[in-house]
Amino acid sequence: MSHLFLASGGGSGTNLDPVYDTVLFWILAVMSVSAAVGMIVVRHAVHCALMLAVVMLCLAVMYAMQGAPFLAFVQVIVYTGAVLMLFLFVIMLVGTNSAESLVETIRGQRLWAALAGIGLACLLIIGIGHGAVGTAAPQTSANGADNLTGLARLIFTTYVFPFEVTSALLMTAALGAMVLAHRERTEPKPTQREVVRAKIASGQVQPEPPPGVYALHNAVDLPAMLPDGTTTDRSVSRAVHQRDLELGRDPQGVITVDLATGERIDTERAIESGDRGTKESGA
Amino acid sequence: MSPAGYVFLAVILFVIGAIGVLVRRNAILVFMSVELMLNACNLAFVSFARLHGNLDGQVVAFFVMVVAAAEVVIGLAILMAIYRARKSASVDDANLLKY
Repeated sequence: MSHLFLASGGGSGTNLDPVYDTVLFWILAVMSVSAAVGMIVVRHAVHCALMLAVVMLCLAVMYAMQGAPFLAFVQVIVYTGAVLMLFLFVIMLVGTNSAESLVETIRGQRLWAALAGIGLACLLIIGIGHGAVGTAAPQTSANGADNLTGLARLIFTTYVFPFEVTSALLMTAALGAMVLAHRERTEPKPTQREVVRAKIASGQVQPEPPPGVYALHNAVDLPAMLPDGTTTDRSVSRAVHQRDLELGRDPQGVITVDLATGERIDTERAIESGDRGTKESGA
Repeated sequence: MSPAGYVFLAVILFVIGAIGVLVRRNAILVFMSVELMLNACNLAFVSFARLHGNLDGQVVAFFVMVVAAAEVVIGLAILMAIYRARKSASVDDANLLKY
């Protein structure tokens, strides 16, 4: 890959072999477009984020192919590294179960959105086609020794004022995020005494039943069996519950509805009683 | 590949992002579609920089990235605040100003 990043000289802004260049472009184009389409089609928010990561990495390689190695690295570090991680953090905070409903709130919205998109695409493609985008111009001497030096010269001379304004923008954004994420405590922090009182008053002093205790399997998605033989769904995490709903299972009645489990319960009880019987007879 | 191919690819990605903004109902996914549109713009900027043989387009793309990072931070913070207040990330549920 190193020759990708040395793409400073050459007439077309890149010194890739033309055939190699074209093949790589088409592979990346197909990959990025299909990932982008997947992003707006896939239901799960996490899958969307991963699709977006694919698009961003494809674009990073394209920047490198077009003689912009600095932007390629910034793309990987800032977009794929920071922005997408932020997205994933928020998805995890908001809950991965926030998959959107497929019910259209505005009638015919998808159809009209698709039509508007196709119209926009036609407009832009025809416009750019009329603009007659030619072949790449040879790089001028303004570029400096290489891409990085040229960019640094531009940023710190011509664009030095926007660059400084950018720092103010970033600082404002950081402060704004802190203000928005901060939650003022509206009531005093509960003392230990109040916590205990609330616990006693709630009727449940002991902790929630841990998963799988007294159940047939030591698995988190099975409700715990209480000492009196009933099951409780309080031991099952809400996330597992949500997953059961998505998979179309009945989380409440797993033990009772699952006939195989019922049979296993019966056989185990029989074995247990049989064991007890033989032990008693042996004694 | 001539820069024209890259520009047309940027157009296609931009349109896909725009359709995503129109179609998706989850605010996080709308944000992701906006990011896709910004990325498409960046690709166009880089292609035009190569087309003209100078680096101004790349500098603009760099600034777009910085602004996009700030936008994402603020946008997601607002989203978290809305989610905390309304227990929903859907764009249909934030209608307090409607009536």
